Amino acid sequence: MIASELAGDLLARALARGGDLAELYVEERTGLALTLDDRRVERPQSGREVGASIRVVVGDSTYFGHVDGLAEEDLRRVAESVSQAVSGERREPVALGAAADPAEAHAIGQRPEGVDAASKADILRACDEAARSASGEVTQASISYVEARRRVQVFNSHGVVASDDRTRVRLGAQVVARRDGTVETGHETRGGHAGFELISERPEEVAESAARKALTMLDAVDAPTGRMPVVVGNGFGGVLLHEAVGHGLEADAIQKRASVYAGKLDEMVAPDFLVAYDDGRKPGEWGSDGIDDEGTPTQQTTIIENGRLTSYLYDLLRARKDGVASTGNGRRESFRYIPVPRMTNTFFANGNATPEELIEGTESGLYAVSFGGGQVEPATGDFVFGVSEGYLIENGKVTKPVRGATLIGNGLEALKLIDGVAADLEIATGFCGKAGQRVAAGVGQPHVRIQALTVGGTAA
Amino acid sequence: MSQPDLERIAQRAVEAAQAAGADDAEAWVEEAVTRQIRVYEQNVESLTDAGSRGIGLRVFLDGRSGYAYGTDLSDEGVTALAGEASEGAAVADPDEFGGLPDELGAAEVKGLHADGLAAWSTERKVELAVEIERAARAHDGVSQVEDTVYADAEGSVALANSRGFRSSYEASSAWAYASVFAGEGADLMTGLGVGLGREPDELDPRAIGDEAAGRALALVGARQPESRRCPVVLDAFVAASFIGFIGGMLSADAVQRGRSLFADREGDEIASAAIRLADDGIDPEGPDSAPFDGEGSARRRTPLIEDGRLLTFLFDARTARKGGRATTASASRGSYRTPPSVGTSNLLLEPGDADLDELIRRAGEGLYVTDVAGLHSGVNPVSGTFSVGATGRLIEGGELGRAAREMTIASDLVSMLKAVQAVGSTTRWVPFGGSVKAAPLLIGEMSVSGA
Repeated sequence: MIASELAGDLLARALARGGDLAELYVEERTGLALTLDDRRVERPQSGREVGASIRVVVGDSTYFGHVDGLAEEDLRRVAESVSQAVSGERREPVALGAAADPAEAHAIGQRPEGVDAASKADILRACDEAARSASGEVTQASISYVEARRRVQVFNSHGVVASDDRTRVRLGAQVVARRDGTVETGHETRGGHAGFELISERPEEVAESAARKALTMLDAVDAPTGRMPVVVGNGFGGVLLHEAVGHGLEADAIQKRASVYAGKLDEMVAPDFLVAYDDGRKPGEWGSDGIDDEGTPTQQTTIIENGRLTSYLYDLLRARKDGVASTGNGRRESFRYIPVPRMTNTFFANGNATPEELIEGTESGLYAVSFGGGQVEPATGDFVFGVSEGYLIENGKVTKPVRGATLIGNGLEALKLIDGVAADLEIATGFCGKAGQRVAAGVGQPHVRIQALTVGGTAA
Repeated sequence: MSQPDLERIAQRAVEAAQAAGADDAEAWVEEAVTRQIRVYEQNVESLTDAGSRGIGLRVFLDGRSGYAYGTDLSDEGVTALAGEASEGAAVADPDEFGGLPDELGAAEVKGLHADGLAAWSTERKVELAVEIERAARAHDGVSQVEDTVYADAEGSVALANSRGFRSSYEASSAWAYASVFAGEGADLMTGLGVGLGREPDELDPRAIGDEAAGRALALVGARQPESRRCPVVLDAFVAASFIGFIGGMLSADAVQRGRSLFADREGDEIASAAIRLADDGIDPEGPDSAPFDGEGSARRRTPLIEDGRLLTFLFDARTARKGGRATTASASRGSYRTPPSVGTSNLLLEPGDADLDELIRRAGEGLYVTDVAGLHSGVNPVSGTFSVGATGRLIEGGELGRAAREMTIASDLVSMLKAVQAVGSTTRWVPFGGSVKAAPLLIGEMSVSGA
């Protein structure tokens, strides 16, 4: 990629008319996607993109430009064009140390690009077979495999020289089951910041799980409506924490007073047994990296400690404004974007109940195992989630599956109403959209019970 | 780069693919310059000025297809791409319906590119964004203007294939939005104002700021309503979200793969007679208009629903062959990174004759919905049943009453379409859920669940 000498020259050009920070971000993205749909492997897609971006920060203003390719004359042109937007005195960047080649911060057992595409296609076929052999009621399966590698370098005028070599793999299955006029869909994914070893270990399980969900839902009854206790499943159930709490802790929302969590630092926002983290260095997890996209090493940040709100999530700009250190949450989709505070892997820590205890203690309620997605208004914390796999809880037992359930509520209120946490933490593979940028985000939790939430159902 | 340059690169990539053994090949090359200005408290928060270019190459080999994309447009770059796409094709399964379109061509669409954009300096664009924010802030009760963004883009696209198609076009766009809060603390409500066109002259900064403020202020004091079944008026934004979703379900690909509730419903009555909907890829105002689709078929206007009847699905070359039909030129491309797939262009809802006040009057006792949340997770694509979060105002005695939040509206898409009693008389472009020109809708009855 590029050497410190050129980087230093570009940063100096970017600061020609002043600036508090100049930064060069260099990236090489390669990837492969394979899909099997309707029994056929189709649309193999491979890509290679190389580019860089330069930003200059002056006070609260950011000036940004990017270019495809790493031709020196193009990079100089971007540096100069960005500097033109500033009108002050030239600044000199801090001299840069030597740049190392990007290295892996998370163990990659088997490099995915070293595995031939035919073996990957065979895995898709094996998954298709597994889904279809689960039952004659399975009518359709769609299996996808994606590998992506991002080699990045970050240089800034404060002397930061950092790099990272990131590899992610993900296998997903969507299975459709049909009985008479009823059609249901089940989803499952497996992914991480890891090598092909994550995929090659019993990949059929992913398809089997998706098939089981679709088949289970064929027996579903209409969801109930009203306020009731809800036990939220582990793994992807954590999307509730991500959406209804996590986004509100991102420091850009806090500083714009666009979050219901603004001004609540050090306040009790949850019961005293509740602990939650954002952890970008958790080994091999989907939202993990070596550094964030501003060169700050990723870290474990305690966001809720024994019920108390302990930290917001910072990138460099927002950290400087609050006089704190970045928490390593300055992330971007690619070199084409300005970094903003983003979650990495966000999850509740283990408690000491078992999922069975949480359910046994519930007279009548909803067991929400996974969500089809959701939406939240960070300003108020109001959220809506579609339950893709859910069951009735009747007399302390999980009974019939339900379809069409939607959870609606408010993050702050829901946090306070958590009355039980199990010890079965799992982190699932989410994609998080914000400011037009999509990044890999790990969502997770152990089983959690919320005393009361509004369930918007379809039952009359 | 000029359009002929882009065409030449596309042509070279096609030739490289053929040299690598492809039976057929198609290359999509695009180049764009984008600018985005974000303003906060009357100052520039960020200013982006960026150029990008890339190429996507699709090859067909023994009935199999592969795709590769990249940012390297040099001879070596496109040669490497041809190799990768061919390797990809080798692991795909053969597809008897695959291949380049039989019908190739380009329509004439006027005004895709506005020359006026070049005359706007960065300073004037910043001033436009600042004026939007100022207009929003000027309303009593607005507690915060969270985000104000102006953006524009100019770009060219070239497409060439091994059947002799070679064409290109350039287009420009400018849009802006503001996101505004009214109220305080847990009672903060948000409102969005948007404007779009081909150049900044078409944007009215005051109207965008006023709209954002008005939408937020209308929701102040919102409370959870009681559950009920009642008439519902969807405003144009919400109607556009539903129409965009329904448009996706009309893709022949979704239909042929058994993923659409409209499968087997072609020719059926699926909506009330008030609904008339078309997919129009050549409307001069349409944000997604273009001379040709993502694989080189001439864009056109395709009526989808007339007098409540479903006339056709949307086809690309592959689904047309599979269904024994003709393409509707509905091969969409997100960018050079993705191969073409069936999608809508611009969805146009025909306006009715009642204005919004009249729709609300006719609703009598009901709900006016100005925002929905979770549409894509809340709708079962196969059965069409849905339950989505909603925000808006109650309708009491034919007039807007108190604001309402924390509720869901539920129905199924076909029942909802059939229950449409009237379409509003004023349409507007909404850039959500694709590109939709929508009007408010009066729905006879939906189930609203709250407290």
